[in-house]
Amino acid sequence: MLVSIGILGTKLGMTQIFDDEGRSVPVTVVQAGPCTVTQIKTEQTDGYSSVQIGYGAVAEKALTKPELGHLRKAEASPLRHLREYRLPDVSTYELGQAVTVDVFEPGQLVDVVGRSIGRGFAGYQKRHNFRRGPMSHGSKNHRLPGSTGAGTTPGRIYPGKRMAGQMGDTRVTIRKLKVVQVDAERNLLLVKGSVPGKPGAFLDIRPTKVWN
Amino acid sequence: MNAQEIISSIEEKHLKTDLPTIYVGDTIKVGVRISEGGKERVQPYEGTVIAMRRSGINKTVTVRRIFQGIGVERVFLLHSPKVASIKVLRRGKARRAKLYYLRDRVGKATRLKQRFDRSL
Repeated sequence: MLVSIGILGTKLGMTQIFDDEGRSVPVTVVQAGPCTVTQIKTEQTDGYSSVQIGYGAVAEKALTKPELGHLRKAEASPLRHLREYRLPDVSTYELGQAVTVDVFEPGQLVDVVGRSIGRGFAGYQKRHNFRRGPMSHGSKNHRLPGSTGAGTTPGRIYPGKRMAGQMGDTRVTIRKLKVVQVDAERNLLLVKGSVPGKPGAFLDIRPTKVWN
Repeated sequence: MNAQEIISSIEEKHLKTDLPTIYVGDTIKVGVRISEGGKERVQPYEGTVIAMRRSGINKTVTVRRIFQGIGVERVFLLHSPKVASIKVLRRGKARRAKLYYLRDRVGKATRLKQRFDRSL
């Protein structure tokens, strides 16, 4: 479980800034929030406790009636994304409450969840860093995988064999990124290092998960 | 404000406004901030600009000099606070953007012609 609530946002891009000691720090600029608390789940009603927040203003016609009905309970405007955070104590939150970047402070470690850049159906070299064959001297083995296993015994390919297929566009979590700067006025978060996806990608930023 | 404007507004606070115009081929003097044992001092480094890379806040120059018979090249991030000062000493005439050929030359052959149409 998390210690506190996270926030949803959009990746804007990367740059570098200088810290107090003059070192350059690579940062990702994230526009995060303001989010609205859309639902509060408690032990009694749902069997577990969590806070659901929404982000991303959208036209009313883009959502279905059930979605709009769900948001109306919190008196929230139409929102594109909903995410929930499991918390041990949800009593401090109330429906319709705004969640801003203030939930984070500089120096804090966060996990950033997003979708990695999709690379489509990728071959062995791009997807698994296989070596390629010779391109010339009569070779016809340019980008083939080589052997995929033994023959009659076992008579099948072992599960997990690395092969060509869809690469990227999967849910990725980058853990333990440091928050460098929090700009509450413009709803900006500066996170050290890179985060999944291209600029414009939807991100879920939450305090780093700790296992005890 | 679009994403690029927001990012440039963040960079703006870290950009230096008093940087001189530097060209490849110039001889420059860089004051490098060095902290040793809690004390900070500025060490000068002088040499020829043989390459410039990137732009904006990421802009770097490669400065080459011969120190005790050995070629030394240092790359400076121009907008970094560790670069305390930059002064152009001499404008040199260069016909290409990267003067890597100077690495293969010794002595008098490493000289560049001075140009006078650019002010210091």
